[in-house]
Amino acid sequence: MESSSEKFLLQGNEAIVEGALAAGCCFFAGYPITPSSEIAELMSMRLPKQNGTFIQMEDEIASIGAIIGASLAGAKVLTATSGPGFSLMQENLGYACMTEVPLVIVNVMRGGPSTGLPTSPAQADVMQTRWGTHGDHPIIVLSVSSVADSYEIAVHAFNMAEKYRVPVVLLSDEIVGHTREAITLPPGKPMEVVNRIKPSVPPEWYVPYENNSRGVPPMADIGSGYRHHVTGLMHNAKGFPTSDPQEVDTFHRRMQRKLDNGAMEIQMSRGFMLDDAEVAVIAYGAVTRSALRAVKMAREQGIKAGLLQLITLFPVPRAALDSVLRQCRAVLVAEMNMGQYVREVRAVNVSSNVKQLNRFDGHLIKPDEIFGKLMIL
Amino acid sequence: MVEHASVIRNDFLRHDMQFPHVWCPGCGLGIVLGSLIRATAKLEIPKDDMVLASGIGCTGRMPAYVDFNTLHTTHGRALTFSTGIKLAKPELTVMTIMGDGDATAIGGNHFIHAARRNLNITAIIVNNQTYGMTGGQYSPTTPYGSKATTAMYGHIEHAFSIAELAVTAGASFVGRGTVHHVTQLDDLIGKGIRKRGFSVIEIISNCHTNYGKMNNLADPVAYQMWMKEHAVSVKKAAKMSVEELEDKFTIGILADIDKPSYIEEYQKIRDKAAGAGS
Repeated sequence: MESSSEKFLLQGNEAIVEGALAAGCCFFAGYPITPSSEIAELMSMRLPKQNGTFIQMEDEIASIGAIIGASLAGAKVLTATSGPGFSLMQENLGYACMTEVPLVIVNVMRGGPSTGLPTSPAQADVMQTRWGTHGDHPIIVLSVSSVADSYEIAVHAFNMAEKYRVPVVLLSDEIVGHTREAITLPPGKPMEVVNRIKPSVPPEWYVPYENNSRGVPPMADIGSGYRHHVTGLMHNAKGFPTSDPQEVDTFHRRMQRKLDNGAMEIQMSRGFMLDDAEVAVIAYGAVTRSALRAVKMAREQGIKAGLLQLITLFPVPRAALDSVLRQCRAVLVAEMNMGQYVREVRAVNVSSNVKQLNRFDGHLIKPDEIFGKLMIL
Repeated sequence: MVEHASVIRNDFLRHDMQFPHVWCPGCGLGIVLGSLIRATAKLEIPKDDMVLASGIGCTGRMPAYVDFNTLHTTHGRALTFSTGIKLAKPELTVMTIMGDGDATAIGGNHFIHAARRNLNITAIIVNNQTYGMTGGQYSPTTPYGSKATTAMYGHIEHAFSIAELAVTAGASFVGRGTVHHVTQLDDLIGKGIRKRGFSVIEIISNCHTNYGKMNNLADPVAYQMWMKEHAVSVKKAAKMSVEELEDKFTIGILADIDKPSYIEEYQKIRDKAAGAGS
């Protein structure tokens, strides 16, 4: 994009590319899969223009392997996929969590399981983003509901990955990914770009996984003089394998602490008409669009309805959810799956009145459906 | 000189942190490690510019012992990580060390595609014909008719010839050596590193502990003598009949071809893209 702001008509998938490039992404590895392929195609055009690198790998396992390698060498990295590819990435996603490698994975969700509904939307990979790879691990999951979001949240995704040395999953879906909307780029208000902290000590003093107060150790690029070892085995502060119970315990607690420390900025949500709301819809991704319309329809009928849009799904934005659950006599969690995130909402406040609206037939939940439920909450 | 054991120990090994190592007494992996260090030291590449990545298994443990930039990745995937590192920092010398199961079973797809892609990476595959770390199950290179803990009635599958597979997949340089022929091994690894493009060095090694004990090669010395008796130089093999070569394998350089490496080709893409406007 040029330096002066201009209006563009972009797909969500294209806006993610623009957001990633604005955040400093210089390396993309991927494998074709519907409905995410436009991201790879556009990256293959754009990255070489700015001295970046695009590579199409032999599968999704290799794609995430390549971006982990590039990130370890100092690059800001992205891959994009959909359900079947995301399943293949789980192994190396765990490696990135274990070794604290900043990276962003876009999952443009389609209907599952297995090959499922390749060209239809769904939100059924939500729990997989949190628990798809084995073992306790930290991860950040963000969701987008529009073309403007796709740009803005992509920038946040990179910033968080870099700041907390953690993989970030950016959840889109077939609707948001393929919908064209007007977007002004670069945005009127410039977005901050965060880069990982590098070591400032001499190499001989460098402790690659030090247990500092933030819980996020400075990260040395491979080849920058800070020779160290990176392993998917449980490791101590020096980066070497350990099975010492104290060191293992310290590792897990630091992983938890680094995201707890950043909760205020990591856990993003948006409230609409919540100030006096007595009932509320809780939604994320494409469903947010229908929910906002439904809430407006309910308001026209005199119902004090509001909407909480979740941008961050994990770590669960507990404060924002708890506030809505305490204020409203009932909430409706609307999602395109058989009821995944509603479990997290209920767990925030077990005494609250949480209803659910689900659709899993490959079609978006319509405003009328949400409105109908709101009327009888 | 680098040939001196104390130089290897003090300058290249993380001798103060990572020893004793996990390998069995008599394992060929120590010989491979020595060879790898001698080859790199001879080329005088600064340690800061050296990357050694591995997958999982006994061979996968090697990087932890060497004072390079080291990476112990997931099973079979080491080449994919190396691909990312090399593309992000082409100035680094990237070596990937794998076992036979790591490189040609779980990582087989990555291996052939890395060879086809021709990125300037040196892949070293230590072939001990078994899954050693897990106790001796059959691997893609376990010989037909031999025994493994998952083939106690005799193995019915046929083995890959890794070096030949690499040649067919398009690697620029392919060599095969053994842990018995160490001088040649040093030379092959050095040539592999110097080669512009994807190079593969297959190293026949011994797992006397697991493969050997089930196949009359429980003694590491006897195992090495088996290598000596069954290895034939590429030159000599060219003059031998198929029958004479039946239970033999070749050692030496199997392929050494020149074609543009991926990095050079990608730079052309960048130049084209930059000239294409927005």
